[in-house]
Amino acid sequence: MIRLPFVLFFAALLFSAGVYGVLARRNAVMVLMAIELMLNAVNVNLVAFGSELHDVGGQMFALFVIAVAAAEVGIGLAIVILLYRNRESINIDEVNLLKW
Amino acid sequence: MSAQEYAFVVLAVVGSLSAIAVVTSTNVVHAALYLVVALLSVAGVYLLLGAEFVAWVQILIYVGAIVILFLFGLMLTKAPIGRDMLDNQNRWIGGVVGVGVFLGLVFLIQDAFKVQDSVARTTFQTTTADVGVSLFRDYVLPFEAVSFLLLAALIGAVVLARKDEAAK
Repeated sequence: MIRLPFVLFFAALLFSAGVYGVLARRNAVMVLMAIELMLNAVNVNLVAFGSELHDVGGQMFALFVIAVAAAEVGIGLAIVILLYRNRESINIDEVNLLKW
Repeated sequence: MSAQEYAFVVLAVVGSLSAIAVVTSTNVVHAALYLVVALLSVAGVYLLLGAEFVAWVQILIYVGAIVILFLFGLMLTKAPIGRDMLDNQNRWIGGVVGVGVFLGLVFLIQDAFKVQDSVARTTFQTTTADVGVSLFRDYVLPFEAVSFLLLAALIGAVVLARKDEAAK
C-alpha cells in the first residue's frame, strides 16, 4: 500500500549518506559503517521492487546481500585490527604504502 | 494517503535523520548507536512492505551481529573522538558528491516513476514459508555459494586477526 517512489527516495537518501560517509571519514571503522548504509539502501530497493512486482526474488537477493555484507564486515574488521596492530592508527589517509 | 504510508513516512524520517547522524557524528560510539536506529527503521520498512522474514533477518544479523562487531572493532582500536580526528580535510568535496548523488537519484526516480501519478498497490505479503520454498527450490545454488563464502570469510578473518606467534 506504499507508493514505490517514496521507498526509492528513502533508499536514495540512505545511499547518499553512505557515499558522503565513505568520502569524508578518515577512520576505517566509520568507513565500513557508511558502506553498510549503502548496502542497506540497495536492500530496500530490492525488497521494494520485489513487493511492487509481486515476486519473492527481490527478497531472496536482499537476503544474499545481507549474508555477503556480514562476511564483508568480518573480513573488514579483521583487516582494520591488523592495521591497528601494525601501525597504531586506523586513519585511512595515513595508509599510503600502495600509493603510486 | 493510507495508514501504512503515514507509518512509512515516520520510519523514513527517523531512518534518514539517523543515517545522516551516522556519517556526521563526532563520537564513534554514538555513530554506532545511530546506525542501530537507522537499521531498525529499515527493518520496519521491510515489515510495511510485507517482507517479514527479511525484516527479522535484518534485526538479527545487522543489529544483533554486525553492530556488535563494529563496537568490538571500535573498542579494540581505541578510536579517537572529534571532527578533525574522524573526518578528513576534503569532507566538503564528499558533501558536494553526496548531495549531487542524492539530487541525481531523486531526479531519475521522479523521471521514471512520477510520484504524482503513482498508485499504491496491494501489499505483497510473504510468509517465512514462501521465502523458504523459494530459497530451496529456485535459489539452491546461490545459497550454497553464499554458505561457502561465509566459510571462507570465517577462516580468512581468523587467519588475518590472529597473532602470528611463529614470526616473532
